[in-house]
Amino acid sequence: MQTKVENNKAWFLVLPVFLIVAFSAIIPLMTVVNYSVQDIFDPYTRYFVGTEWFKQVMLDSRLHEALLRQFIYSFTILIIEVPLGICVALMMPTKGRGASLALILVAIPLLIPWNVVGTIWQIFGRADIGLFGAFMSSIGVDYNYASDPTDAWLTVVLMDVWHWTPLVALLCYSGLRAIPEVYYQAARIDQASRWAVFRYIQLPKLTNVLIIGVLLRFMDSFMIYTEPFVLTGGGPGSSTTFLSQSLVQQAIGQFDLGPAAAFSLVYFLIILLVCWVFYTTIMNMQKDK
Amino acid sequence: MASITLNALAHTYTDNPTKPEDYAIREMSHVWEQGGAFALLGPSGCGKSTLLNIISGLLEPSHGEVLFDGKRVNELKPEERNIAQVFQFPVVYDTMTVFDNLAFPLRNIGVPEYKVKSKVYEVAEILELSDQLKRKAKGLSADQKQKVSMGRGLVRDDVSAILFDEPLTVIDPQLKWKLRRKLKQIHEQFNITMVYVTHDQLEASTFADKIAVMYNGQIVQFGTPRELFENPAHTFVGYFIGSPGMNFFEAELKSQGEKEALMFGDHEISVSDAMLTRLKAMGANKVTLGIRPEFVHVWDGKNDDAFSVDVDYVEDLGTYKILSFLFQGQVMKARLSEDQKVPSGQIYVSFPEQWTKVYVDEYLVDVSDQAHSEDPKKETGHAN
Repeated sequence: MQTKVENNKAWFLVLPVFLIVAFSAIIPLMTVVNYSVQDIFDPYTRYFVGTEWFKQVMLDSRLHEALLRQFIYSFTILIIEVPLGICVALMMPTKGRGASLALILVAIPLLIPWNVVGTIWQIFGRADIGLFGAFMSSIGVDYNYASDPTDAWLTVVLMDVWHWTPLVALLCYSGLRAIPEVYYQAARIDQASRWAVFRYIQLPKLTNVLIIGVLLRFMDSFMIYTEPFVLTGGGPGSSTTFLSQSLVQQAIGQFDLGPAAAFSLVYFLIILLVCWVFYTTIMNMQKDK
Repeated sequence: MASITLNALAHTYTDNPTKPEDYAIREMSHVWEQGGAFALLGPSGCGKSTLLNIISGLLEPSHGEVLFDGKRVNELKPEERNIAQVFQFPVVYDTMTVFDNLAFPLRNIGVPEYKVKSKVYEVAEILELSDQLKRKAKGLSADQKQKVSMGRGLVRDDVSAILFDEPLTVIDPQLKWKLRRKLKQIHEQFNITMVYVTHDQLEASTFADKIAVMYNGQIVQFGTPRELFENPAHTFVGYFIGSPGMNFFEAELKSQGEKEALMFGDHEISVSDAMLTRLKAMGANKVTLGIRPEFVHVWDGKNDDAFSVDVDYVEDLGTYKILSFLFQGQVMKARLSEDQKVPSGQIYVSFPEQWTKVYVDEYLVDVSDQAHSEDPKKETGHAN
């Protein structure tokens, strides 16, 4: 009987993937880990500080506030964008030229660079010359996103809804198109109401695209930087300063690379954790009980 | 519960139909009587499903009327027609339990919950789904899902009709038999009009009292399985029903002195005098003759009244054998019973007059006294 020949050469075939992942993710990430546990002055002057930076970051009240703000912001836009996106998708025409036209119109906000979106809304919302701001003033609403924290919040949320609802809508649209016609036919035969069709046919079939939509929107909104930076610069005060902006202030503004690195890692872990929670909750909801 | 009448019905998917081929359903009039179990049999793409969807209202016919108990329902939506339809592939509401799936059509029309319960249990019992009621429909196997789909069609007992669109396609063969029996039982129990679409003759004849055979968008014959077998009104019925299908061969009407005779090559095929007179009156020179393999008589020895033919091969199908032979160069089949001796070489066959059917332009020429009301030309109001 022939003995089994040990041959592990196949491992070499996955080497390219290892290399790519190493350069694209692991090595940059390790740099951050490196900074987070040392106090580095120059390449030859560095001290190991252990969990010092992490402790400092965890106790920083400014970061606590930013984190809270960040959560409120992300959940607000999810609560608005997901139902709104589904509604838009349901209303979009399904065939003919209307369908293509609707797709193009809905997709337009997604094609605009993020800092341009910020600029658009900055001008759009200005009380003196902006279409939206001037309109609000003309009907007697005291609206000024540059000085009033509530108005600033409203504008940032509105901007995000305008910018990203189309993503949810397009995902849902594709999900809806994938439902076979026979389901609708069966529902008509069963004399189902419009609501029942949505609740028992459309929504269940949308679950998978909605998981992707919710995860994408959560991650993106949790990391939001450019648009509020251009629109409000994090103000007035620090009312619209979210996590990324705090991080940038710390890392580039103050050049506190150690705490910033520790902060980055905590930030990364929070996103990972929340995504995992979302994913498992939605998957559990679907399970066969 | 209702009778369903199709009045001068036709349907086309094109905007400007010009030729008959543009129609998925060619103009037809037809009545499905209240309480019958009917099958709509035909090959894929002959318009069976289109016709079914027109009855249920999922599709609006481009021409003609659909009547339920004499009332025009063209304008009524499917949900207003109170009809049940089971589709070819299972449709279940994934997030609901089996119980809720079955209860869904009842709850939608506001049936009180205690009635819903008893009805759902009853249907689940019939379909052997009782122990699955609490499960989510999503996790079921394909045939269980299809049972749930069928169950949803059966829970309402006041429906005008139940339409089945090849519902057993995804079901295992053993279960198929059982479910077909169940459907038949349900039919006998509730006396609901049922229309069952299929391309399987066996399925059609075990389920239905009367079968409508569809071909190229027309119903070419409507009759009992026996009528379809013994007296096919159209060459397609002869070909499609039976296994193997009817033998067809072309014959010519020739004068031989005083008399007329039907000639296949040099051989005279015997048909009744009435038939010859009729054919002459019709002016039909070329006709198609059809005889079922079951009715071809194979003689054991030489016989002067029979035709001499060459055996091609014999297929043994277990309980019977199929003999293929060459008659004037054309392959024909005959069915041999189990105890019949297997012939070889040159043999003698004859075609009994009563089973030799004559077709002109694909349709049967019928000169028997018991003129059938199912004459397709009258029935469908259609002439080629």
